[in-house]
Amino acid sequence: MSGSITLNMQVNGKARRVRVPAMKRLLDVLRDDCGLTGSKEGCGEGECGACTVLLEGAPVNSCLVPAIHAEGATIVTVEGLARGERLSALQQAFVEMGGSQCGMCTPGMLVAAVALLRETKGRVPTDAEVRTGLAGTLCRCTGYQKIVDAVQAAAAPARGATKQRAGARPSAATKPRKAVKPARVAKQRVAAKPARAAGKRPAAKAGRGARSGRT
Amino acid sequence: MKTALSQLSVARPRSFAHALQLLHDSPGEERLVPLAGGTDLFVYLHAGTQPGTRFLDLSTLSGLTAIHAGKGGLSLGAMATFDAIARHRACAGWPMLVQAARVVGAAQIQNRATVGGNIANASPAGDSLPVLLAYDATVHVASVRGERAIPFAEFYTGYRKLAMESDELIVAITMPPRPAGTYELFRKVGTRAAQSISKVVFAGSARVQRGIADQVRLAWGSVAPVPLRSRDAERVLEMGKPTPGAAQAAVAALATDLSPIDDIRSEREYREAVARALLAQFLRGAHAGYRTR
Repeated sequence: MSGSITLNMQVNGKARRVRVPAMKRLLDVLRDDCGLTGSKEGCGEGECGACTVLLEGAPVNSCLVPAIHAEGATIVTVEGLARGERLSALQQAFVEMGGSQCGMCTPGMLVAAVALLRETKGRVPTDAEVRTGLAGTLCRCTGYQKIVDAVQAAAAPARGATKQRAGARPSAATKPRKAVKPARVAKQRVAAKPARAAGKRPAAKAGRGARSGRT
Repeated sequence: MKTALSQLSVARPRSFAHALQLLHDSPGEERLVPLAGGTDLFVYLHAGTQPGTRFLDLSTLSGLTAIHAGKGGLSLGAMATFDAIARHRACAGWPMLVQAARVVGAAQIQNRATVGGNIANASPAGDSLPVLLAYDATVHVASVRGERAIPFAEFYTGYRKLAMESDELIVAITMPPRPAGTYELFRKVGTRAAQSISKVVFAGSARVQRGIADQVRLAWGSVAPVPLRSRDAERVLEMGKPTPGAAQAAVAALATDLSPIDDIRSEREYREAVARALLAQFLRGAHAGYRTR
């Protein structure tokens, strides 16, 4: 039985060792014990996503993760996205395209978007993919469209120069529209996908089932 | 946060047998509470509604996350996350399971929440639960006394009451192979697909061969104290010809099968209307003969 544990983690590439209660929330460990206050607490119950961090590469609500489940884990918070003063392509796109307003959801949005862009591996994700990938992160300011645009814009430099960050490439950040275009084409392709993937079921019904899933 | 988290303790078992022993040895009034993905547990801790203060961490136990499919059907380890279920090739043969896994919360929840946890949490609104009913799932539980299998259709004996002892752990969930030529429909109806808790969940499955319907499963969430099958409606359809009359009778039978309530998310009347519409949609898809207009 452990009340307190010694927790070893890699946070944003740095080894951390802290003594914390076993059931302390990872969110509080990061904020209180590691001094990383970028991750926010919105609802505290896994609804809003403002506390999203990457745990072993996967986005999770850090308000629902006990410290004991972070033992030995690799964690990325919003503080781990920029390199020094140089913002990542994603952050730069959020800044330039109005993806952030009050800022409360921004750390969670950015981290969830990083996970999404890793999934799509440099390809510009479709509107639907971005909206599904960010569905667990709520924003009450932007109306989401600017966030979707920023994520798609950030995917463009990732496609061409994976190692280079947008901060060093003004061309990538100033021409976001180019990135949005391929996404529109891709969206049409995806729209036909549910019917194709449904196998034995008649196409019309399968499409309907797939669409109606998102009520 | 309405719980002092620093006053909680966690037991970390060395092995599965050790976990069962720790669970068994913890006294009844202070029974260890199994900790899987924590996505429900931490909501209760936040709200101050979790009575237990001592937890049994299952995250280090190997073997509980395994997913595999074979001639006998599909087996899900209790600690398999919904993300793992949605991605695993073995689950592709059980499409409603994949669809349900993709609408449990959102990515952040799916990466942590487990199918065993969804079952143990016993919410009548659990998204995966009607699917498990429609697929005739069996829950495998273990204790120091050994393992036993409980048909999922008999797993809930009342609102959040489980047909397992407090010193038993859910180990795995199995499903038999799906019969060929089965028509299925999964629907989650809520304010939105992600995050929202369902107003009505439906998982239906039926085979219509040579004009006769059989193996009809109509399973529901959020319309009764437990996830359940609408047995009266199933009986109307089972071995019957797909006619508009049969469809109407089945929809009418829902009135006795389901007992939805008014709550913060929806109202009884709305849930009843949605359930009727979902069953009608399912029957139209299953066979043209069920079309009532």
